[in-house]
Amino acid sequence: MTTPRALAPFLAFPPALRADGFAAAPEQTEAFLAAVGLLGPRSLRDVRLAARAVFGPGPERQGAFDAVFDRVFFGREIAAPMPGESEELPAAFDSAGFEALRDPGETDQSGKQATEAERLARRALDGGSAGEAARRLLRRAARDLPRRRSRRLAPGRGGVADPRRAFRMMLRRDGELTALPTRRRRTRQRRVLLLVDVSGSMKAATDGTLRLAHALVQAGEQVEVFTLGTRLTRITRALAHRDPGAALVRASGLVADWDGGTRLGEALAVFLSVPCFASFTRGAVVIIVSDGLERGGPEALVSAVAHLRRLAWGVLWLSPLASDPAFRPETGAMRAILPLLDRLGDGGSPMAIADEVLGFARHARQR
Amino acid sequence: MPVRRSIAGLDGPGAVARAMRDAQYIADEGLATAAYLALALGKPLLLEGAPGVGKTEAAKALASILGRELVRLQCYEGIDASAALYEWNFPRQMLAIRQAGESYVNLYADEYLIARPLLLALQLPRQRLLLIDEIDRADHEFEAFLLEFLSDFAISIPERGTIRAAEPPVVVLTSNRTRELHEALRRRCVYHWIGYPDPALEAEIVMMRASTVARATAERVVAAVNRLRAEPLAKPPGVAETVEWAEAATLLHEQGAPWPRAFARAIGVALKDQDDLAFLGPRLDGLLADASP
Repeated sequence: MTTPRALAPFLAFPPALRADGFAAAPEQTEAFLAAVGLLGPRSLRDVRLAARAVFGPGPERQGAFDAVFDRVFFGREIAAPMPGESEELPAAFDSAGFEALRDPGETDQSGKQATEAERLARRALDGGSAGEAARRLLRRAARDLPRRRSRRLAPGRGGVADPRRAFRMMLRRDGELTALPTRRRRTRQRRVLLLVDVSGSMKAATDGTLRLAHALVQAGEQVEVFTLGTRLTRITRALAHRDPGAALVRASGLVADWDGGTRLGEALAVFLSVPCFASFTRGAVVIIVSDGLERGGPEALVSAVAHLRRLAWGVLWLSPLASDPAFRPETGAMRAILPLLDRLGDGGSPMAIADEVLGFARHARQR
Repeated sequence: MPVRRSIAGLDGPGAVARAMRDAQYIADEGLATAAYLALALGKPLLLEGAPGVGKTEAAKALASILGRELVRLQCYEGIDASAALYEWNFPRQMLAIRQAGESYVNLYADEYLIARPLLLALQLPRQRLLLIDEIDRADHEFEAFLLEFLSDFAISIPERGTIRAAEPPVVVLTSNRTRELHEALRRRCVYHWIGYPDPALEAEIVMMRASTVARATAERVVAAVNRLRAEPLAKPPGVAETVEWAEAATLLHEQGAPWPRAFARAIGVALKDQDDLAFLGPRLDGLLADASP
């Protein structure tokens, strides 16, 4: 059986959407064809409206969606914001995938590699002042990190009556119920995503922050840690090692962009384009330790933080500059993202960071 | 997929738009198409948009043109099954046990079941329209649970068995997009993004909603509101605010306030954020200067 020519674009449209990074499920294709049948269609405008209704592109991708539509149905190429490099999935988190993010201004440091490694190892071990803060985090994380309510019920005071336990109590006490057993919803710790800026401007704070990251990974239930610089590095696995010294040496080995430039916006966009990372962010507490000094344009950073905020439960930005109470963000990027944050806190010392992280549940937005 | 070409006499987007207009709601072409497709394909309708663009009102208008009772589930963080599905009336069950003494009593009869919105919608799917309002406020677990509900339209009550809808009920979901909804949920729905209406349409909405407002006032309020929306405000005024602002300014004007002042004095109806007011500050008068008939 051959398909009639008039039908070809309708069948070509969903795959074209998928190729451009839209999610188009088979059931949506089916609904699309049914919708087109229902509407007549009297004109291609009906077809476009049906496509929008069924495939449901978000408002910020409307333009790209229409471009795909025009390409398939009119054979027209339109220079719309096509998802390019930033939306592509990096094959692996090695240097090759992130070469695009490398700051053009910095020089290749391969010649100094050996001494660099030594210096990093030494840096990582030097966590003395951060030790006290890390211990506080370890001690209080279980109690003070933000929690969410689970749908599971567990025995507890208040909440709803528990008929099953009530019945068992009645059996034991000859049909009398002396106290009404109740159960309430359990709580689970929210996922925590820690993004640490390791660029040159954050040099002084990085070691202490990573020491805290180690404590957080040890104490929290679901914690992920990434470093951001000119590229993105996942160091959660390295920090899972119990001994802080060994864990930090391992983490240092993974991070290849110490003290380089910052491309926060682009690194965050890459982070969000990886589905498993984006889904980890859903409902999580996102903590960004950075001074927000950005070499890329502010637009990328602002749109990435806006996206983060829509996914996350709360976004906490800790900046060493904010330790001054009179601090007001000066850079354009920082000013633009300020309204998107749930809190801009003090990231000046390890102890301040620990207190901000532990206190965030109390500050968290009231929705 | 069961497809019905005509639902309650509505045989196309045009018919839906006309009927909604009779129900005091002006729907643009996109919304009318999405609403018609949702009804015809038997899928839930997902409306997203900034606060105050009339998402909930659209659902109410839809319920009224279909002649159905609106059952509303307002979502919030931590919403649970007992608020959304059903609950047993424990005090009454306890009383019934005491009263029954030695005889048999069915504790799981209808009289002890408190039906919540989702169950209400399943019980009479032809007479009710389910509105799940501000789904973005609920947490992810509830969203996942809704996903299950929206694909099967069944609720299982351990003591009673599974209650299944005779036909899929009409469901409208709204979201303010404070967070992203899960892809799987969006996939099951017919989607429409409600933006701010264009000025002519918004003036028409103001005229329809606020009978006391003169056309010239409505047009100027809309012009001023559009100028405010172009500013980077924390909470730009929605359509509801436009209507209220027009009403408030008209009221003040009738009591003797001259025109530009009437708008400026009623600003508290349109802008409800101290930071926004402070940000606009002295420029406010300039923004409103043209907005006087």
